[in-house]
Amino acid sequence: MADGAQSDAFVAFEHVQKSYDGVSLVVKDLNLSIAKGEFLTMLGPSGSGKTTCLMMLAGFETATHGEIRLAGRPINQVPPHKRGIGMVFQNYALFPHMTVGENLAFPLEVRGMGKDERESRIKRALDMVQMGAFAHRRPAQLSGGQQQRIALARALVFDPELVLMDEPLGALDKQLREHMQFEIKHLHERLGITVVYVTHDQGEALTMSDRIAVFNDGKIQQLAPPADLYERPDNSFVAQFIGENNKLPGTIEELSGGKALVRLATGEVIDATPVNVTAKGQATLVSVRPERVEFKPEMMPQGAHMIDAEVLEVIYMGDILRARLKVAGTEDFVMKMRNTLGQTRLDAGQKIKVGWHPQDARALDPV
Amino acid sequence: MAEMLTTADGIPLKAALARAQSRARRKALFLVLPLLIFTLLSFVLPIGAMMARSVHNPEFVASTDRGTGAVTPIMQNLKGWFDANPLGTEPDEAAYAALVADLAHLQETKASGSAGTRINYDLPGTLSLFKSGARGAGKLEPPFKESLLADDARWGDPKLWQAMRAATAGVTADFYLAALDRTRAADGSIVQAEENRQIYIKLFLRTFGLSALITFVCLLLAFPVAHLLATLPMAKSNLLMILVLLPFWTSLLVRTSAWMVLLQEQGVLNDSLVGLGLITEDQRLAMMYNTTGTIIAMTHILLPFMILPLYSVMRTIKPSYVRAARSLGATSWTAFRRVYLPQTLPGIGAGGLLVFILAVGYYITPALVGGASGRLISNMIADHMNDTLNWSLAAALSAILLAAVLILYWLYDRLVGIDKLKLG
Repeated sequence: MADGAQSDAFVAFEHVQKSYDGVSLVVKDLNLSIAKGEFLTMLGPSGSGKTTCLMMLAGFETATHGEIRLAGRPINQVPPHKRGIGMVFQNYALFPHMTVGENLAFPLEVRGMGKDERESRIKRALDMVQMGAFAHRRPAQLSGGQQQRIALARALVFDPELVLMDEPLGALDKQLREHMQFEIKHLHERLGITVVYVTHDQGEALTMSDRIAVFNDGKIQQLAPPADLYERPDNSFVAQFIGENNKLPGTIEELSGGKALVRLATGEVIDATPVNVTAKGQATLVSVRPERVEFKPEMMPQGAHMIDAEVLEVIYMGDILRARLKVAGTEDFVMKMRNTLGQTRLDAGQKIKVGWHPQDARALDPV
Repeated sequence: MAEMLTTADGIPLKAALARAQSRARRKALFLVLPLLIFTLLSFVLPIGAMMARSVHNPEFVASTDRGTGAVTPIMQNLKGWFDANPLGTEPDEAAYAALVADLAHLQETKASGSAGTRINYDLPGTLSLFKSGARGAGKLEPPFKESLLADDARWGDPKLWQAMRAATAGVTADFYLAALDRTRAADGSIVQAEENRQIYIKLFLRTFGLSALITFVCLLLAFPVAHLLATLPMAKSNLLMILVLLPFWTSLLVRTSAWMVLLQEQGVLNDSLVGLGLITEDQRLAMMYNTTGTIIAMTHILLPFMILPLYSVMRTIKPSYVRAARSLGATSWTAFRRVYLPQTLPGIGAGGLLVFILAVGYYITPALVGGASGRLISNMIADHMNDTLNWSLAAALSAILLAAVLILYWLYDRLVGIDKLKLG
């Protein structure tokens, strides 16, 4: 699906701009369409404008310019309580003076729903997050993970078609976070709701999303499914922000037919796939994922360029071994090796040759 | 059976724990000791002494020399007769003989003022009776009943005898009765005071009513200000906070007199209204030296005590609560009423309690701007302390005030919970 206005988009941002002070733009000309039933993640560093976008969609901020549409209807002038959007907040925002049951009843009461239907819906929502036995507790009596589930149940109890989540797992510990990622993902699949999820955790974004919008500097840098984003980053920012990346500075020597020759700082010439370089002689950053780097000649992929490297240190990380190498003048070149039984153990100071498939070396803009 | 746990060197674990903790406890006690002593000396003891005075007044049976502090027993003969004869006994010749002997003794010891003043609290006008009675007592001949009554018939008043009997008792509730507009009839039963002397209950009610009104007005005014303070960015809210606190740094008298300048009949506000033609010269509003003046000035002075606890509570309420309510479908009014307001209750409770308690005991402002209708119970207590010198009645009034405040505090604890109180 392409950017920009589409009549079948469930949520659409069209040329949306936002400024808080009238001097600088926090969101610069945002165009984004989200399909019904999609799980879209807005990923970016803090201050990149992702939360502002979410707040505009929820109705807590007004767009300075542009239009936001929900199910084809412009909602710029619609107050938050009439948008019918469920929202999970960063610190859950469970009402501390109400029990869990009362928290869940709140959206139903303000919609004037009768007591019987309220109770059956609350029960259903609580069962959905496996919290059926907690209706009479206060939020303060629950653990972080339980509060998270309640917040989720509260955002879903009135059957909204769109649910916004603002870093909902940020306060949980790692294990619980990973567990909740799967639960949210499964809930999304089961209920068929549209989810817009904001996070600065790339692992979370990759795990859960159908598509990820990487934000930086008020703009979407790339909008793509997780695999595309990881394997085919459009620019240096995305390459560096998603996962770990080795960067080799160089200049374009030759550019033709989807292939580029890049001369590195130390004079070696390597093959690379051009992404957003356009001309010969242009400065570039070649990015290579650490897990795509190989050093055993028999494992080397076809057409790989071999290049001299010196092992600076090897860090034992359990499932993998992580070697820091000196490659083409760069001292923080990282190579990841699986910790298999027959894995060759490298030592600091050892001279080796490393290589990678030209497709895995992407010539990007120099930042 | 588990064997007794010991530390590495064989001391029972419990003993070792107690020893380790007692050291910490002793240290903590030393740290709070100065304040403890200060509180005891400056707060508990004076209040205790005052309470004691409200039920115990020995002026009738013991005269204290103001210069030396020496205490002389007086009226001992009469006290002996009261002790020997139960309540309701008609004063006989022996009683009058005792009275005359005591009056003569009063003259010798120059103590007629002390005894007379004490009876005067209960029966106004009796101070002069005692003074003249003491002067003439030496010349009286038996039978004393006839001669004393011939001298002044008021000595036969059963109320006087009742008052004297009550005054010889060591401990008395009479001051509390007086503070509640009650008095004792001649036979000792409790009756309402005369119509024109029933002032205290009315004054108590007015004090509590006005305090409640002032607390409510303070709440109405403070709530939006506190909300603004809590939501504005730091730099702006600090500036606003200085404006809120400014009155604290100004003398209470200056602030009160400023209101007098503004509100009096020839004051700034009335002059402006007349100048603008909104009212005519003879319609000038009376906003000073009455209840209105007291309410305006006290509300202004007590406002910060409402703003500060509210502010400290509101600052901790994250905006995401109201946002959550809005996103769940609540209008801004519903979100305020059902989500924001309940969370400010600890602040409302603290501010309300603080302002109400301060208002109940407020003294300077009502004295200056209250006139006759704006006087509160505290002004009456001050009168008794300074003018009539009836300290026991002042103490009884204060004790009732204290009890009322404590009851209020207890009610608050039962309804809301003291642990939810947040003073800042």
